[in-house]
Amino acid sequence: MQMVKLTLRSAALAATAAAVSISLAACGSSGPAGSAASADSATMWGLTGGNQPVLQKSVDAWNKAHPEESIKLDFFANDAYKTKVRTAVGAGQGPTFIYGWGGGVLKSYVDAGQVADLSDFVKDNPDVKSRYLPSVLKNGTIDGKTYALPNNNVQPVVLYYNKEVFDKIGAQAPKTWDDLMALVPKFKEAGVAPFSLGGQSKWPDLMWLEYLVERIGGPEVFANIAANKPGAWSDPAVKEALGKIQELVDAGGFINGFSSIAADSNADQALLYTGKAAMILQGGWIYQGLKKDAADFVSSGKLGYTTFPTVEGGKGDPANVVGNPSNFWSISSKATEAQKKAALEYVKSGMFTDADTEALIDSGAVPVTTGIEAKLAASPDKDFLSYVYGMAKNAPSFTLSWDQALSPAQGDAMLANLDQIFLKKITPEQFVTTMNATIGK
Amino acid sequence: MSISTGSRRVLEKGPSGWLAAPALFFFLLFAIIPLAGVFFLSFTKWDGLGEIKLDGLSSWTTVLTDPVTGNALWVTAKIMFFSFVVQAPISLLLGVFTSASQKYRAVLAVLYFVPLLLSSAAVAIAYKALLDPNFGLGPGLGIPFLAQDWLGNSDLVLFVVVFVIAWQFVPFHTLIYQGGVRQIPASLYEAAQIDGAGRVQQFFAITLPQLKYTIITSSTLMVVGSLAYFDLVFVLTGGGPGYSTRLLPLHMYLTGFKANDMGAASALGVILVVIGLVLALVLQRLGGKNRNASQLEGA
Repeated sequence: MQMVKLTLRSAALAATAAAVSISLAACGSSGPAGSAASADSATMWGLTGGNQPVLQKSVDAWNKAHPEESIKLDFFANDAYKTKVRTAVGAGQGPTFIYGWGGGVLKSYVDAGQVADLSDFVKDNPDVKSRYLPSVLKNGTIDGKTYALPNNNVQPVVLYYNKEVFDKIGAQAPKTWDDLMALVPKFKEAGVAPFSLGGQSKWPDLMWLEYLVERIGGPEVFANIAANKPGAWSDPAVKEALGKIQELVDAGGFINGFSSIAADSNADQALLYTGKAAMILQGGWIYQGLKKDAADFVSSGKLGYTTFPTVEGGKGDPANVVGNPSNFWSISSKATEAQKKAALEYVKSGMFTDADTEALIDSGAVPVTTGIEAKLAASPDKDFLSYVYGMAKNAPSFTLSWDQALSPAQGDAMLANLDQIFLKKITPEQFVTTMNATIGK
Repeated sequence: MSISTGSRRVLEKGPSGWLAAPALFFFLLFAIIPLAGVFFLSFTKWDGLGEIKLDGLSSWTTVLTDPVTGNALWVTAKIMFFSFVVQAPISLLLGVFTSASQKYRAVLAVLYFVPLLLSSAAVAIAYKALLDPNFGLGPGLGIPFLAQDWLGNSDLVLFVVVFVIAWQFVPFHTLIYQGGVRQIPASLYEAAQIDGAGRVQQFFAITLPQLKYTIITSSTLMVVGSLAYFDLVFVLTGGGPGYSTRLLPLHMYLTGFKANDMGAASALGVILVVIGLVLALVLQRLGGKNRNASQLEGA
C-alpha cells in the first residue's frame, strides 16, 4: 500500500514538473488580444519607433473619415514583432495588414499561401503603382506577382558620426577602410569608443558584413548567395570581410560591452549622442530616433553622416548601398472579404496622402514616393533627407538586408554565426563552411 | 506537493479518487495532449506557416548532432548546479532566521519577499539597465568594479544569470523554509537546551533533520524549475553572448520561433520533458521509501 502511494505521488510530482516544461512550448503563440471584438474590422500591426506616430496619425485620419471601414492598429517592438507575427499568421490569428521587409521572408509567406496576390489591384489602380519609386516597388514582387506594397520610407544603412568628438581629436570622417582602422587607436587614446554597436540584437552586426562584402566583392556575391547557388558563401570576398571585422574587433573598434547592447532600446544610438562612441553604422531610420531623443544634438549640426568607406582593391561601386528599400504592407489571404476590402481601400486612398507624406518628412524620413524633391528641400532636415534620397536614388545597386532577403532558417543561422565571428568564437573559414551547409534551406 | 503531517490518517483511509478529477482534466488538456502534439511534431518538418510534412527522424538527427544542443544541455546543467548551490543554503538560513518571532525579523521578512512580487521580465529589464557597462550602476556611481561588461563577457555572464535568478527565487524558497521551521515543535528545542545543546548544535541536530522533506520539496522545485528558466534569461541576455547562456528551453524557443524549425524545436521539447521527469523521480527517491512517515514522532 505504502509503495503504491509512493509511486503515485512521485508520478504526480513528476507529471507536474513535465507540465512546467511543456507549458514553455506554448509560449509565444498568444493571438492578437481583443481583435475579435469587432470581427470584421481590419487589423494592422505596426512597429514602435520613428514611424509609429506617423502611422498612428494616418490610421486615425482614415478611421475618422471611414468609420464603416475602420482599422484596428497595434504596435510591437521590432525584434518581438518578427517572431510574433509569424506565429500568429501560422496559427490563423494574424492581422489583416502584415508588415514586412520583402525578400525571402515575404517569399515564405507567399509559398505558404498566407498573403494575397495584389497584382490585379495594382493593375486596376495605376495611381497606386505610379506613386512609388520603381526601384523600391519591385522588392514587393515575387515571380512577377505583387504581394507587398511599400508603406513608409527608404532606409539605407548610413555611417553616422559625432562631429564634436571628431573635432576634439581633429579627425576627418573615414573615406577608406585604412582611414577607419587608423582612427581606432586615436579615439581609444581620447577615451572614446570608436564604434557603437547593438550586438545583442545581432542584425546590427550584419550591416558590417553586408557593406564589407559589397565594397570588396560587389553586389554579385550576395546575389549568388540569395539565389542559393551551391558554395556561394565561399566567395573570397566573404572571408576577407569577416577577417576585417575580426581585425576591427581585435583593435578594440567596438564599444565595451557591445554584445549586451540591444538596438531595440536605442541604447546604441544613445552612445553616439552622449559622446561615448564616435561613430555608428545603422539604418537610415535612426535619424528619426536621434531627432526625438537628442533634438539639440541633431539641430546644432553635431550629427555627421557619410557612406561606408571603400576597401582598397575592392570591386564594389562606392555608390552601392545596402539596407531596407522600404517596409511593406501585405494583405493576409486569410482575412475576411470585408477586411480585405477595407485594407485595399486604405492602401488606395488612405496611404501616402499629402498629410502622410508631410508627417513622414517631418519625422526625418524620406518617403518612397515620387515627386517629393520640393518637399524635402523645404524641410528643416533637408541636408540629411536629400542625402538619403540621393543615396537611394543614385545607387547602381540597393541590396536588401540579408536577414530579410534570405529564408528565415538561413537568416537565423547567419545571424547566430556572425555573432560568433564578432565574439571571435569561430574563424571566417568555419563561418563559410557552416553557412554553405544552409544553402537551399 | 507540500508534505502535510496530518494527512497520514486520511491517506490510509484513502480519499475519493474523484477529488483528482478536475486537476486531471486540466492536466490532460494542457499537458498530456500538447505533449502528444509535440511528440508528433518532432517527426515532421514545419516552418510554422506552411503545411506539416512527415519527415521521419531527420529533426532528431539534426538536434542530436548539432553541437549547440550539447552546449545548451551543458549550460542548463551548469545553471541548475550553481542555482542550487547558491539558492539552497541562502534560503535555508534566511528561512530559519525569519521564522523566529522578533519584530525586526518580521520586517526583514517582508523586505526579502519583495522580489517575488515582480515579474521575471521586469526583473530582467531592471538588471539589464543596472548592469549596462556604459549607462549602468557602475559608470553612474563611478565605481570601476561595477562597470564591468557583466552581460557581454562570455565567462562572467553565466554567473550574473545565476545571481539574478537567485535574487528572484530565494524569497520563494525562504518562505517554504520559514513555514517548515515554524512547524518544528518548540518542545524539541527545550529538551535540547536542558541537555545543554548550543545553538549550532540545535541547528544541525534538530532543525536540519526536521526539515528533511521541506528540503526535498524546495530542491525539487529548484532543480526542475531551472529547466523552465526562460523569460528572465531571454530578456536579460537573449541567450548570448554567442551561446553562453542559451539554455535548453531558450534553445527550443529560438529554434522554433526564430529559425522557424518547429520539428527540431519539438524534439528539443521532448528532451526537456524527459529530463524533467527523470530529475523529479530521482529527487523523490532521495526522500527514502517511507516518505510519508512523520518526522515528529515523540514530539
